[in-house]
Amino acid sequence: MNREMIDIRIDGKEFKVEKGTTILEACKMAGINIPTLCYHPDLTVAGICRICVVEIEGMKTLTPACAFQIERPVSVKTNSPKIRKARRINLDLLLSEHYGDCYTCVRNGKCELQSLARDYGIDNYRFPSVIKPKYEIDNSSYAIVRDQNKCISCKRCIRTCIDLQKVGALETFGRGHSVRISTALNKPIAEVICINCGQCINRCPTGALRANDPADFIWEAIDDPEKFVIIQTAPSPRAAIGEEFGYPPGTSVTKKLNAALRRIGFDRVFDTNFAADLTIMEEGSELIERLKKRIVEGDEIVKVPMITSCSPGWVKFAEHYYPEHLNHLSTCKSPQQMFGAIIKTYYARKVGIDPSKIVVVALMPCAAKKFECNRPEMRDSGFKDVDFGLTTREMATMIKEAGIDLKDMPEKDFDHPLGLGSGAGLIFGATGGVMEAAIRTVYEIVTGKPVPFKNLEITPIRGMEGVREASLTIENTLPEYRWLEGVTLNVAVAHGTANAKKIMDKVVKGEADYHFIEIMACPGGCLGGGGQPIPTTPEIRMARARAIYEEEKNLPVRKSHENPELQQLYKEFLKHPLSEVSHKLLHTHYTPRGKYFFVG
Amino acid sequence: MVNIDICKQKEISGILVRFEKRRDSLLPILIEVNRIHGFITPIAMAEIAEFLEIPVAEVHGVVSFYHFLSTKKRGKYTVRLCKTISCEMAGKEKIEKILKKELGINFGETTSDGLFTLEYTNCIGMCDKSPAMLVNDNVYFNLTPEKVIKVIDELRKRD
Amino acid sequence: MKQIKKKILFGEYVSGIGLEKALSIKPEDVIKEIKDSGLRGRGGAGFPTGLKWEFAFKEESDEKYVICNADEGEPGTFKDRKLLTEQPEKVIEGLTIAGYAIGAKRGFIYLRGEYIYILKNIEKAITNLKEKNLLGENILNSNFHFDVEVRLGAGAYVCGEEFALIESMNGYRGEPRNKPPFPTQKGFRDKPTVVNNVETLCFVPYIVSKGAEWFKSFGIEGSTGTKLFSVSGDIEHPGVYELELGITLNELLEVVGAKNPKAVQVGGAAGICVAKKDFDRPISFQGLPPGGSIIVFGEHRDMLKVLKNFLEFFVEESCGQCTPCREGNYRLLEGVNMLEKGNCSYRYLRELLTLCEVMKTSSKCGLGQTSPNCFLSILENFKDEVIFR
Repeated sequence: MNREMIDIRIDGKEFKVEKGTTILEACKMAGINIPTLCYHPDLTVAGICRICVVEIEGMKTLTPACAFQIERPVSVKTNSPKIRKARRINLDLLLSEHYGDCYTCVRNGKCELQSLARDYGIDNYRFPSVIKPKYEIDNSSYAIVRDQNKCISCKRCIRTCIDLQKVGALETFGRGHSVRISTALNKPIAEVICINCGQCINRCPTGALRANDPADFIWEAIDDPEKFVIIQTAPSPRAAIGEEFGYPPGTSVTKKLNAALRRIGFDRVFDTNFAADLTIMEEGSELIERLKKRIVEGDEIVKVPMITSCSPGWVKFAEHYYPEHLNHLSTCKSPQQMFGAIIKTYYARKVGIDPSKIVVVALMPCAAKKFECNRPEMRDSGFKDVDFGLTTREMATMIKEAGIDLKDMPEKDFDHPLGLGSGAGLIFGATGGVMEAAIRTVYEIVTGKPVPFKNLEITPIRGMEGVREASLTIENTLPEYRWLEGVTLNVAVAHGTANAKKIMDKVVKGEADYHFIEIMACPGGCLGGGGQPIPTTPEIRMARARAIYEEEKNLPVRKSHENPELQQLYKEFLKHPLSEVSHKLLHTHYTPRGKYFFVG
Repeated sequence: MVNIDICKQKEISGILVRFEKRRDSLLPILIEVNRIHGFITPIAMAEIAEFLEIPVAEVHGVVSFYHFLSTKKRGKYTVRLCKTISCEMAGKEKIEKILKKELGINFGETTSDGLFTLEYTNCIGMCDKSPAMLVNDNVYFNLTPEKVIKVIDELRKRD
Repeated sequence: MKQIKKKILFGEYVSGIGLEKALSIKPEDVIKEIKDSGLRGRGGAGFPTGLKWEFAFKEESDEKYVICNADEGEPGTFKDRKLLTEQPEKVIEGLTIAGYAIGAKRGFIYLRGEYIYILKNIEKAITNLKEKNLLGENILNSNFHFDVEVRLGAGAYVCGEEFALIESMNGYRGEPRNKPPFPTQKGFRDKPTVVNNVETLCFVPYIVSKGAEWFKSFGIEGSTGTKLFSVSGDIEHPGVYELELGITLNELLEVVGAKNPKAVQVGGAAGICVAKKDFDRPISFQGLPPGGSIIVFGEHRDMLKVLKNFLEFFVEESCGQCTPCREGNYRLLEGVNMLEKGNCSYRYLRELLTLCEVMKTSSKCGLGQTSPNCFLSILENFKDEVIFR
């Protein structure tokens, strides 16, 4: 591609940049650091904090580096008295409005405002500061806590919610100095259309948004000798929690984490990948059943395409925005919830523990999982199937609180049974992973042969493109699946609910000829979840995905149906996929919710 | 758990049909609803959101930006006294006092008979005929306490 | 003393002559005439009108729009109210010519909500012009179609800023955007859009029919033409005065019958407050700000109270998105309250002056860039009165 190059000058040095490059990007390429606050690489540009201001020759006023796209030769200064004064004063203004009780803040040490204050050597408040909190903290939601006292009106959360996720729970209200970031009608966040994805938390520069942390209850359970505390860990936290301990993004620390969790006092450490394999068995079978009803029996009631249901953010998004189309969603619970139901029934019986004494904690990359485990329909074991959803960040804090450095931990395996997951289960963590895992199994069930891709890697559905599509023609089917012979299976993958919306609008209009769609609420899939370490950027998410795929390559079992512990579960308990027990424990239904208003 | 799609209740559909279904209809719609109903209810906001296919929060965000749009029930007549410089210099204080006395309420309040809401507003461009105030869509200028009493009386009688 | 009797807008006008002339020549030539005339925006910022049109003209687009900015909200300004009340046809004619020049088929008048009582008047003018074939389909058989629609504001000063106005019309909160892209590239409905002030548009029919040279015979180099001044405060005859640009403040004060004022706020709340020593300065794009609002303060006025009134205005009217404007105006007002109570230290006052400087250089739009002017000028010119109380 022939792109127009433009000559620019930054601090006296000459550079060539592509037309349309922002000054901020140009400076980054030139190795010049510009402080930012309202800017985030995932979001639309706002240019409102006025921290990244620079001087452009010939212009009277300063220009935000993040917002200025270079269309003509310009000469830029990034360090001058005028700039330093502006950055400093604007920072002072923000600090004076921010209720800075840093010691008791979840973002202490990881706050962008705090680190700017440190970089600028700020040792006093230039303007009178906030001494008492002005707003009540909103902790109505299982997933997200909002503390407006910490808010500096950078609007990253709004741009996340409206532009990136197309949810629109948060907006700016009022005007002038009384501007506030809030929800429609200033309702508690649990009562508005929020999908609990937590993407706003990941992008908040301060502690104004955080997840609802259950650590205190978990400690209590661990300390209670009566309680048998089991933790299941999802693949994405394992590929990211290292970041909290100084590992570079993209370092998988699964086995060190296992050791740390035992040290903390969890009685059993299980692998959510096991439940992911279980999900694939159930969901794959459901897909085949749906296709059969459609193709062979001509049943028009059964909905195709079938859409995945393991992302609770996506599920709630669908309940709000597509309440008439919930029949497209697979009835399968998410791996987290399937696991909980299995632990408190099958496992409890197997090891002879009273299920009422079992506490199931799920280490998840996700804020929405906290809401999911509290859904009233998630009690099919007779108990709350999963007691607590814990985020990667919260887990890291618990480990640190226990005086453990992950780096010093030995490598340990999971507990068994329920501790073996296949590679297919592992890649659930990345966008496209559920689809890939499902195809590996479904194709093999139907044809008796592995998928025709090198190393089982279905590359067309890997990557970070917002919506990805693939087609696979099924040939040489086993006798009982003759009805699928020659059928071209069309699949699609979307991550981030803005992309989900693109696909769903096609489905609603009947323009989508897909059979199966994977949708994840968060950009990048679970590895970019709202409970993952902060910061998040496209590069960091890519690194986490690489870690997951690398680890997967070398696993002994890479297809869900070949997981021996899973086969044992079916043999001893469930009998076969979609069995009566399966239906009772592993499948669920959805709740149509308000599209424009939501109460309760 | 209760799920209510309040949109099922229609309250302003008669107004909406007159507008094009596009984002730039939002402000004209809000102004019209505010004019006819006196304020914009949560139900109306939800209905507008549904009509334009945008989140309710965005509708509410826009409403909250414009001082003439209200989410609270107002009196039949909204009296807006200009408080900016020229009106202030021309004796806004006296007018302020007489309005409070005549209506028996403070600024920001509505009379118990639901007839008047009293508010301040910023410069209304009547600086050459100050002090001045708006009552709904009409402007009253060169105000004196006597004139204010007359205006309020007339409005009361009209009812 | 300068000849100050010459009038344009308050002089003679025959409806349609400017438009007829415009339609008889090429759009490029209309733009050239406006450029040559040196006409600059009368809303306050003073951007060359012809240049703005040329930018929009050069953009390729299936749709373009022209918008008349009738969101006159600057404290002390009411000239557009008078124009829209007395000469709405002239405004619309100017808008139509602008539409023809840049290639727009639709025009809008963004009328501030406070002026809703003028709406009927404007709509009547639209009907009249249509009857005279000066608006609507095939205007004066030129094959040029142009329609005008009035859109109302709803009480937001910042919507007078052109990008905030466009955002407001687009159905969003009236928050100014980053530039570039400029409205002439991406404006209403993301199409090239020209936004002109009411008064600016009123000059257009004259310039087109009488020529750029004629227009340049008014005013001074770089500030051509006449200007409407909204004069209020401590004077005998408040009202709108048409005077040539370049006139000194003293001359203006004499015309309007101001007796020995102590201070004059030139250019509205966003302008500057000058003391006697500066009354001989000319009002022009190079001199005292020519926004058109003149507020006169007599000897007995408390300038700190005046300042407080201005700052209260800005604290409420800031859109609240950028840091320096949202927080800065609030801090300035807080400082004035401290001064009033006598507990503002010199040191803190110096901090506030630095804050003013930063607001001017780093605010996102004209509102925050000009709102500290009142603080700076009143503190400088009336130091004794406001500090040593």
